[in-house]
Amino acid sequence: MKATVHVTLKNGVLDPQGKAIGHTLSSLGFDGVDDVRQGKFIELNLAETDPAKAREQIDAMCRKLLANTVIENYSIEIAD
Amino acid sequence: MKACVIVFPASNCDRDMQVALERSMGAKVDMVWHREHDLSGYDLVAVPGGFSYGDYLRCGAMAARSPIMDAVKAHADNGGLVLGVCNGFQVLCEAGLLPGVLMRNANLKFICKDVELMVERADTAFTNGYEVCDVIRVPVAHHDGNFFADEETLNRIEGEGQVAFRYVDNPNGSLNSIAGILNEKGNVLGMMPHPERLVDEQLGGTDGKPMFDALIKAVA
Repeated sequence: MKATVHVTLKNGVLDPQGKAIGHTLSSLGFDGVDDVRQGKFIELNLAETDPAKAREQIDAMCRKLLANTVIENYSIEIAD
Repeated sequence: MKACVIVFPASNCDRDMQVALERSMGAKVDMVWHREHDLSGYDLVAVPGGFSYGDYLRCGAMAARSPIMDAVKAHADNGGLVLGVCNGFQVLCEAGLLPGVLMRNANLKFICKDVELMVERADTAFTNGYEVCDVIRVPVAHHDGNFFADEETLNRIEGEGQVAFRYVDNPNGSLNSIAGILNEKGNVLGMMPHPERLVDEQLGGTDGKPMFDALIKAVA
């Protein structure tokens, strides 16, 4: 079973890399980009076939390793 | 006094730490590989600087889940001393031994230079060789030293007096110019600057040496 995890910085946490990307976009002539936030995309291939159990496992992975919940949020998507 | 330095893949300040401790102790300091499980018998465990696991995922994230870290936590829970410098500070935060997190420097640059630190606490095993308000000069060398914690945590850290060192001139965007913090019990210290690099006049100064001398006295 395939699953994806998005890890993003929480609102209010300064994202200097996102800011730098925004500056570079505007220097390339892409006007009208108000804000850029960057994050991580993680793809998992799981042996588990039950979506509910898979979600439970991935949630534990996120809390234990994939995200640092001091500064990051995460969302989980499970492919049908 | 028995001390050891934990070694992760891509630790690179481990031997500097060993030398600094051995100079002050006059005794051998063990190197402990991260796959070990036992730290019994040690008074002080040092988590050194470097780029453990290539900083993959987040700085210190992988190292914080290494087998040895359960032993480091148990050592700290039993009141044992733990010193984390640079990557070691990042590892201790990721492992939950210290509050907060070290983020990418606000100016996005790798900063490698001497900085001035204000001593905030001189009543700990790590810092009682200094006086409060002493200004010491210590090198930093990091890309991710920007200390962050949510408002509630930051208020608690400040309220409990857990800030050990502050930058005189904040180089990396750290909240409240925090350069080093203690846990609540005061037996775990994490700091971005490298005191182990300044223990010999021939290396540019000895402002780091009082920390190692103090640690030796603390458990003598």
